[in-house]
Amino acid sequence: MDRSTLFEKLRQKFGPRIIESDENGLVPSVRIEPATWPELAQSLRDDFRLDYLSCLTGIDRGKGQGLDAIYHVERMDAARLSISVRIRVPYENPVIPTVEHIWRTADWHEREAYDLLGFRFEGHHNLVRILCAEDWEGHPLRKDYKSPDTYHGVRNNVV
Amino acid sequence: MTEPKALSTPLDQAASLRDNILITQVDKLIGWTRKNSVWPMTFGLACCAIEMMATGASSYDIDRFGSGPFRATPRQSDLMIVAGTVTNKMAPRVKRLYDQMPEPKYVLAMGACTVSGGPYIKYGYHVLKGVDRIVPVDVYVPGCPPRPEALLEGLFRIQEKVAKERILDRNRVGARPSLLVE
Repeated sequence: MDRSTLFEKLRQKFGPRIIESDENGLVPSVRIEPATWPELAQSLRDDFRLDYLSCLTGIDRGKGQGLDAIYHVERMDAARLSISVRIRVPYENPVIPTVEHIWRTADWHEREAYDLLGFRFEGHHNLVRILCAEDWEGHPLRKDYKSPDTYHGVRNNVV
Repeated sequence: MTEPKALSTPLDQAASLRDNILITQVDKLIGWTRKNSVWPMTFGLACCAIEMMATGASSYDIDRFGSGPFRATPRQSDLMIVAGTVTNKMAPRVKRLYDQMPEPKYVLAMGACTVSGGPYIKYGYHVLKGVDRIVPVDVYVPGCPPRPEALLEGLFRIQEKVAKERILDRNRVGARPSLLVE
């Protein structure tokens, strides 16, 4: 299966639920609403055998424009098919359904995205911080993040 | 068989003593022995640890200076080489290791991160801006990372400090509080 067939089938199945798509980019991509994600993820893995979630990253688009979660999914056999899925959520309520039961790697990836950008992955079995200390406050990669002046009684900022 | 020659004159006797008696101070003797037996603790936090390992390996061979045995426990260590970026998450562990070392103990801050926060000084929300904020540091070795020669030089500074200490000056104990509030 090549790229155009993949997109054709996705359009047939999801229709207007695919908000944007770019078939010709370096990595072909689609943008969807969070509610579409569990079904699309299941379909990508089972119908198109995209069985490897190679990367889950996040972007803070700046105040008012929300957060983007970007999933890179691919298959590693000879077909070498890949796609990136972008999901935009509002700043105040960044809830995305989890896909850890579809791709096992999503478990830690989602914890990292939660830790650093504050996405909340609904249904994740253990959504706790993975990099920062357990009692850390805030999500450091958000653009409005201010690092604490003290941490456990030790000054944290230089100036 | 000839009789061994008797030390007839006082002058002969004195000359003989010169070859057999060493006069020193207890402080100097103990300082000399202690400085040539500084046992560092085995732990590395980041890339500086690679240079520390190189310092321990055959090319640089820290054993030549009596500081070879990297101990796997703070209870047997004299020197804590803080080699690498100390994150805020790691800081309480570093402080606990320091507290577990028996007196007298020494700390060598190796590398820019450990000295001051290094490249993370402005935007590194997660990095402790110098390990001297939680434990008292004896010697700072700057560099990113410092070469093994620099670490050895730092060790020599520690050794100088150890050699100069007097055994009656034990007010070090308790005079160096650890600074982190748990």
